[in-house]
Amino acid sequence: MKERPLIDVVGLKKYFPVRKTFLAHRRDRDDNLVRAVDGVDLSIARGEVLGLVGESGSGKSTLGRSLMMLDPPTEGHIVFDNVEITPFNDRLLKPYRKRMQMIFQDPYGSLNPRMSVGDILAMPLRFHNPELDAAGRREKAGQALETVGLAAQYLDRYPHEFSGGQRQRIGIARALTLEPEFIMADEPVSALDVSVQAQVLNLFARIRQQMNLTMLFVTHDLAVVGHIADRVAVMYLGRIVEIAPTRELFSHPRHPYTEALMSAIPMPEPGQRRQRIVLQGDIPSPISPPSGCAFRTRCPYVLPACAQDRPLLREVSAGHGVACIRDDLGLVSPLTAHPSPSASTTSLASTTSAYSLPSIANVRS
Amino acid sequence: MNADEKIAVAHLNVAFRKGAGYVPVVHDINFTIGAGETLALVGESGSGKSVTSLAIMKLLAEAPKTRIDGSAIVADRHGAPIDLVAMGEQQMRHVRGNRVAMIFQEPLTSLNPVHRVGDQIAEAIRFHESLSKADARARALALLEQVGIPEPVKRLDCYPHELSGGMRQRVMIAIALAMEPDVLIADEPTTALDVTVQAQILDLLRNLQKKNGMAILFITHNFGVVAEIADRVMVMYAGRIVEQGSVSQVLSSPRMPYTRGLLAAVPRFEQAGLAQGELGTIAGFVPDPSTPPSGCAFHPRCGYSIAGRCDQQAPVLEEIEMGHQLRCVRWRELATEQEGAR
Repeated sequence: MKERPLIDVVGLKKYFPVRKTFLAHRRDRDDNLVRAVDGVDLSIARGEVLGLVGESGSGKSTLGRSLMMLDPPTEGHIVFDNVEITPFNDRLLKPYRKRMQMIFQDPYGSLNPRMSVGDILAMPLRFHNPELDAAGRREKAGQALETVGLAAQYLDRYPHEFSGGQRQRIGIARALTLEPEFIMADEPVSALDVSVQAQVLNLFARIRQQMNLTMLFVTHDLAVVGHIADRVAVMYLGRIVEIAPTRELFSHPRHPYTEALMSAIPMPEPGQRRQRIVLQGDIPSPISPPSGCAFRTRCPYVLPACAQDRPLLREVSAGHGVACIRDDLGLVSPLTAHPSPSASTTSLASTTSAYSLPSIANVRS
Repeated sequence: MNADEKIAVAHLNVAFRKGAGYVPVVHDINFTIGAGETLALVGESGSGKSVTSLAIMKLLAEAPKTRIDGSAIVADRHGAPIDLVAMGEQQMRHVRGNRVAMIFQEPLTSLNPVHRVGDQIAEAIRFHESLSKADARARALALLEQVGIPEPVKRLDCYPHELSGGMRQRVMIAIALAMEPDVLIADEPTTALDVTVQAQILDLLRNLQKKNGMAILFITHNFGVVAEIADRVMVMYAGRIVEQGSVSQVLSSPRMPYTRGLLAAVPRFEQAGLAQGELGTIAGFVPDPSTPPSGCAFHPRCGYSIAGRCDQQAPVLEEIEMGHQLRCVRWRELATEQEGAR
């Protein structure tokens, strides 16, 4: 029998009320809702890394937070390890909080500057493992720090003594002290320099193996998601428009939004300026999303029928779901739009791999 | 300065005062940018990219807090050469935003939140040109159209918070271009934007450049953006240019170990979803400018450094082929090794 997914989300919606202006109050209008997440079905298998991509305002962070029950959903069901946790209050949620942890984007804002690293890492243990004494907590904190590649002697230092990349490691260590099964990482490498980003991505790959972690990796960077995720969900205006195993998504995008998103990524290969699909305008307001397909206002392949019904996510091949009524589009994959690295001797990929950087590459791993 | 060069920077040094002495943070930067050309400046945080651009714009604290030597020559309205470094603040105010303009990473913080965007553009024009308010407003409208803002008449009276990030960056570009500058310095203008909006802004800059032939100094840490927009690229480390050349020279055959380390750290898009192994990383940090390493500034982090050479000899910028220069005492040996490895 197929194993049940660790996380199963059905019909998840998260609406936020818009603060009414004085006049709107008088008129007693209350139809102003931000539909941040508007009906998402999703499941994440045990040990899987699911990437969640989309532009700012697409609702990807809200989806992640709702799924963690940090912002309880307006509607829908969240099943964690065969138990529906949606109706739970804080007391009932507590044992689940321990099993699901979060890593944040900003390594400066997410660590309390007045707490030592040891205290920061011990805090979750004080809540969730009250049987541990101070020495036991410190030992666990030290282990977590070593897992992320920092020496245990840093426990008595303070966050300001660390660089951005080191702070992000501390944030990861904090999430690991409770030995969670599930981690939701919200843009964990977006604020980092590319060299540091590579270190942190390598760390994610390693801890994931070591601890058999299940992860939701929220990011706007498709190259990062291509590196780390097993499966990718593309979100637009509160809905998942396409979901597929990573390689499948990159080689056979089926939704026009995915195609546009991929074609917008600048690639570090000189002299190959591609024909890009430049989307016009910005993502529409989630207060009054377009009727039918939310993407139709920016879609280059729009038909009158697109304004009619909201397209449902339907499976077009094994594990590949897409919410688009057009089946006739031969969308361009960024992989085929480019000569493959092996075919071209001048391309960067072949150059760097042939050079290999032994000592640079290995020091921090 | 040659006729087709829009800006020529020579021997630019910047030092910040610390205690009784000065700490040098930017060392001997030399470059020129021609008409219609884009030069990218890349490097990690702390490498000195922004200090270089701010020094050219004279936006750093004034002496004695900072010390700037060297020259940065641009042409004034009549084509006569003027040196920005030697210029006093009074004169500089007429050059900044006029002959040389700058756009920044975060358009929300660089626009004034309490003024309408139309007024902010008009102010920039009226500062440099005596023009009636109505005329300036008409110019602002034309500029908004030029930078591709939909419904420009309506947007003139918007406040910055009413616009999206991409729209705000377009307003910043409109302000920067108001006086048709010869040189535009763009400091990470797309870093805070979504990729789709980034693509729009890069397209816009390219099209505007095609029309008015301005020279662009584009600061970024994204090699994808470099390949997309630049003609030439300079890689900066610890305040020095460590490699420079055409985009294809630097991105396709990087020679300096630092450049190669940076490039190896970028996740390869075409490998998406395949087992990729670890990304290349560079150990350690950009050094503190007040305690620079001996010899080559990169040697403590470099996998190819050799004791007795790299930590002793400070490498000079050498030309290894036409237009491709780098700073590494071992580049010849490394190049042979690489050829052998193939």
